[in-house]
Amino acid sequence: MWRNKNLGMVLVLAIASALAQAEQPNSCVDCHSALEGELHVTQEQFAQDIHGQKGLTCASCHGGDPSRTDDSAMSKAAGFKGKVDRAAVPKLCGSCHSDPGFMRQYNPSLRTDQLSQYQTSVHGKRQAAGDTKVAVCTDCHGVHDLRPATDTRSKVHPLNIAATCSRCHADSKYMAAYKIPTDQYAAYKTSVHHQAMVERGDLSAPTCTTCHGNHGATPPGVASVANVCSTCHVFQAQLFESSPHKAAFASAGLPGCVTCHSNHGISQPSDAMLGTSAKSVCTNCHTQGDAGYQAAGDMQQQIHGLETSITRSDVILSRAESSGMEVSQARLELDQARDALTKARVSVHTFAGKPVLTDVDSGLKITAKTYSQGQAALRERDYRRTGLGMALVAIVFVMVALRLYTKEIEKNGSR
Amino acid sequence: MAPLVRVRNWLDERFGWDELLAPLRHKTVPIHRYSYWYFLGGITLFLFGVQVCTGILLLLYYRPSANEAFESVQYIMTQVQFGWLVRSVHSWAANLMIFTAFLHMFSVLFLRAYRKPRELTWVSGMLLLFLAMGFGFSGYLLPWNTLAFFATKVGTDIAGQVPFVGHRLMVFLRGGDEVTGATLSRFFGFHVAVLPGLITLLISIHLLLVQRFGISVPARMEPEWRALPQQKREMRFFPNFLLRELMAWYIALGVLGALAAFSPWGLGTKADPFAPAPAGIKPEWYFLFMFQTLKLIPAKLGMLDGEVVGILTFSLAGLIWLLVPFLDGTKRTQRLVTGAAMFVVAYMGAMTAYGYVAK
Repeated sequence: MWRNKNLGMVLVLAIASALAQAEQPNSCVDCHSALEGELHVTQEQFAQDIHGQKGLTCASCHGGDPSRTDDSAMSKAAGFKGKVDRAAVPKLCGSCHSDPGFMRQYNPSLRTDQLSQYQTSVHGKRQAAGDTKVAVCTDCHGVHDLRPATDTRSKVHPLNIAATCSRCHADSKYMAAYKIPTDQYAAYKTSVHHQAMVERGDLSAPTCTTCHGNHGATPPGVASVANVCSTCHVFQAQLFESSPHKAAFASAGLPGCVTCHSNHGISQPSDAMLGTSAKSVCTNCHTQGDAGYQAAGDMQQQIHGLETSITRSDVILSRAESSGMEVSQARLELDQARDALTKARVSVHTFAGKPVLTDVDSGLKITAKTYSQGQAALRERDYRRTGLGMALVAIVFVMVALRLYTKEIEKNGSR
Repeated sequence: MAPLVRVRNWLDERFGWDELLAPLRHKTVPIHRYSYWYFLGGITLFLFGVQVCTGILLLLYYRPSANEAFESVQYIMTQVQFGWLVRSVHSWAANLMIFTAFLHMFSVLFLRAYRKPRELTWVSGMLLLFLAMGFGFSGYLLPWNTLAFFATKVGTDIAGQVPFVGHRLMVFLRGGDEVTGATLSRFFGFHVAVLPGLITLLISIHLLLVQRFGISVPARMEPEWRALPQQKREMRFFPNFLLRELMAWYIALGVLGALAAFSPWGLGTKADPFAPAPAGIKPEWYFLFMFQTLKLIPAKLGMLDGEVVGILTFSLAGLIWLLVPFLDGTKRTQRLVTGAAMFVVAYMGAMTAYGYVAK
């Protein structure tokens, strides 16, 4: 009974507080909803904003007194600060977001190092040096319709980050003064990473901030490219680290992974990248006669051999399956051969023939077995069909005999 | 004296063998242009026999648990000598049995063989058809593959929509709130113990009634034969009709063998209760017309839930179907029954075809 009473009181208070908040006058939006351009802010827009939802008001950033309905609302006496200068934005946001004690009341798990990270970023350093064109918090997160990064409508949701960065970085006029390329977004849109993110909806796929960082955004240097890629491509990076290419690339000033795979426009790796054909990346450095050229050709042939062998098994098992034969066990084993092929492709990053050959050999042993399983299934199918043919002959024979017997007894008048 | 004759005489001396067989000898089968429909009941019975034999063989290796069911069927299909044949014949015979049972039911309906005094023969036959569908539903889950798992989930969900008793019925069928290993054990119990017991009893009653009342002459032939008794033609059930029936059974056996050899019953992939339902889950073909109808009914029909209305309509239709002999009295109702039967055949055919092509 006591608990029910208290529960009721809490409910009444909560509803009353919500109503009071909803009814609080806000002279800012009363005027600004009628203005146009950057000054246009509506109550509906701000109601969608995470700050608005957490109870912050216009005055939290701009000062003033929204409860007053005359010009005094925007008076200095009311603490009105007006439009926040771009240069002051990071510090203004940081005044709350860098304060763990303050942020804990809203979201205890939210990081509070954004400002300090920003100050280490290219954006932050340039901004500190007086560059007003570089990105500040509001350029990426938005201003009056700011949403949490988990909201798909947020400009910093993984699906939208690349487009948000591209607003500046793909604008050649805007970026002209910085003398850096502006084709990153166009290249990224052709990449396997973008495909995974947008087409497969894999939000863990890399976007700009995955490699460059977000608040501490900076281009990875030649030495650290491999570290960036290795956060996901662990095995490839480990093998590269102990490969002869590691030292060779370092001495030539070539970045690790990017040298062969490129950076923003990384396409789906294919076996054609390996070997000595025109499409091969190995021939960018290796020439006929050197050991690397030979090894590249060997590795490509081994991998091609396993792939061909897998296809051969796949074809015969498909034929058996289309005849209704049960070959799921062989299919499972063939998947192991595919795993061996994937492993061999990863082993290419050792840039030595032996590890690749080991993986290829283990795959070939499996494909030899699955191919013979496919052959056995087809033999079994033929055996069944022969058996059926013989059974049908016997059935027809019995039916003819039955018919003749029936005729015989009916001829004798026993119908 | 030939050995067979001596055995027969031995049996006759002790059990009155000739006396026991006398009713069969006296039993006759009318000969007319619709006589071939008489084979359907026997073919259905033969397919049931095949089911029993192959089912017993499958029981030697099948393991009714969520962890082992799929693997045991896979073992039967790949490792057990002629296991593939036994399982394929069992599955194909099940489907053919339901198909011939439906044909048998419609042939009886259109020839009006259910009329007095055979009302209870019809009722027992209809109950047998429902039981056969129950066999199909319970057996479908036993391989514990993805399609069967989700089709059972959908099927039991539909049962759960029945007003008042739906939820309890669903929990009873599933052995809980979800389709789990408990459902598999339960369905296995229904499939190999409860339903076989009931069906054996009903088949015995059905055959006894057929024996008691003899084989019906089609309603439209009766006046012709009454006017011209010399035109009435009959053959003895034993051995003349039985020999012909035997030939039909051999054809059915050949069809079963060909289906098993050319299109062995598939196994699919093992059910994963935590995986999302694959797209386009459909029940077995004999439930498809009902399933498709329920899909087409709007979610709300006025104040009522569309699916509930659909289920109640099918239940009512089933009950009316069961009681057809008692409704078929006057010429007008006879025409009504025939018209309804033609509509039902067309509806079931069209909805089944639509169910197959619909996504």
